[in-house]
Amino acid sequence: MTKFDLHNRYKAIVIGGSAGSFQGITKILSSISEDFNLPIIMCLHRLKHVRNGFTEALSIKSKKPVIEPFDKENIKKGMVYLAPANYHLCLELGNSFSLSTEDMVNNSRPAIDITLDSAAYVYKDKLVGILLSGANKDGALGMKRIKERGGLTIVQEPGECMIDTMPTAALEATSIDHVLKVDEIIRFLNELDKLYK
Amino acid sequence: MRDIEIAELRNLTQVIKDTYNYDFTNYAMSSFKRRIQRVMDVFKMNSVQELINRLKEDRSFFHDFVSEITVNVTEMFRDPSFWRVARDHIIPNVLLNADTISIWHAGCSSGEEVFSMAVMLKEMGILEKSKIIATDLDPEILDKARAGVYSLKNMELNEKNYIRFQGTGKLSDYYTVRDGKAYMDKSLVANVSWRQHNLVSGPVFNKFDMVLCRNVMIYFNQTLQNEVLKRLHESLFKYGYLAIGSKESLIWCEIANKFIVVNNEEKIYKKIKD
Ligand SMILES: C[S@@+](CC[C@H](N)C(=O)[O-])C[C@H]1O[C@@H](n2cnc3c(N)ncnc32)[C@H](O)[C@@H]1O
Repeated sequence: MTKFDLHNRYKAIVIGGSAGSFQGITKILSSISEDFNLPIIMCLHRLKHVRNGFTEALSIKSKKPVIEPFDKENIKKGMVYLAPANYHLCLELGNSFSLSTEDMVNNSRPAIDITLDSAAYVYKDKLVGILLSGANKDGALGMKRIKERGGLTIVQEPGECMIDTMPTAALEATSIDHVLKVDEIIRFLNELDKLYK
Repeated sequence: MRDIEIAELRNLTQVIKDTYNYDFTNYAMSSFKRRIQRVMDVFKMNSVQELINRLKEDRSFFHDFVSEITVNVTEMFRDPSFWRVARDHIIPNVLLNADTISIWHAGCSSGEEVFSMAVMLKEMGILEKSKIIATDLDPEILDKARAGVYSLKNMELNEKNYIRFQGTGKLSDYYTVRDGKAYMDKSLVANVSWRQHNLVSGPVFNKFDMVLCRNVMIYFNQTLQNEVLKRLHESLFKYGYLAIGSKESLIWCEIANKFIVVNNEEKIYKKIKD
């Protein structure tokens, strides 16, 4: 038995991260199994006007290729998605993405709050939200929404974060289910994945 | 905060359709819902029903509603690499077979894209040979486009984009600063015709050598994208060019086979079949 109360009704994992999250993200992507079942949807703060390079940098370390979805692209099992530069990444009912150029939220586009909130609206209690290191409060409201709609919330342990503003803000905004080190997040994901095999 | 339900959004779009003949039914749910939430926040409304009532009772409110729900965020020379390809390949190609070029900016917002085009055409020495039509759904944002006055903060970003575009001069050659604002040189857009036009229900009003419809269809669902794409297709001469936003794609549209990809990175397509 594990300390995580797991089941296989989850349909997607969303991950938010900002300053200091690159290492954690790449560690996660290099440690999940090659046939990891659930879609992983990442919204990471990034330079607004650098369109190329980030997916490549992540893909080098990742077991799976990281792709930036096009507008209205279907969300597929086992894929790893990254919010593109200068667009908000939203989820639509019926399992597709959509993009938006709405104003920046928390000084960010893509904003983690938008991805998390729209994912929670679509997946409700079938969503796992993970928030990593970061220097602003983006993502806290999104985590609150996930919690309100019955999803599972995880933040990186503030003590392990390069900059802990983001997970700390989420801990203040809502009750977080698990506060974990990156290694434990990896264990969580791999144990979860086993339930889908 | 209580969530807006899908059923409430359906009621709302139905009322708007019945009352004003504007059809938002097939707008992409996620951003449309956020915009509705925003309208309710701005006008301090507690429920979608309150918004519906206001729309039914107060016709003048609809104007404000439209300008609040449209997403007007734009930049000059957005995606500088797109503009380089337009300058170095697309426009010269059109001019191989013609003396003039006609361009439609569908969803021009506050006009930055149109001014970018005009600056580029001027630097290519062909602004006089160009006929530009710029349209948007939102009359208020069109007024802003006609005025051509932008905040200096936005101009900083526009300048950066222009430098990456590698224009022949400086962007500041094309505007003057007064009272902390940038006033664009109006001679650039002397030949531009600005019109209110709804891509969802408006007529196909002309044929063009090039249509730019960038970051507009992302606010539509796939059904509506299909319909609008048919109109855009009709609005192009055979072998005319269509440019969409860098993260949009035609591949899942029904009439994708009537286009070929000219530049996949910059999302430029060419109409090859009527
Ligand atoms: C994000 S802006 C795009 C501006 C510019 N093309 C760019 O890429 O930066 C989207 C514009 O589409 C307009 N729009 C939305 N729905 C429309 C419709 N049905 N018909 C025409 N324009 C529409 C909005 O008013 C808004 O100004």
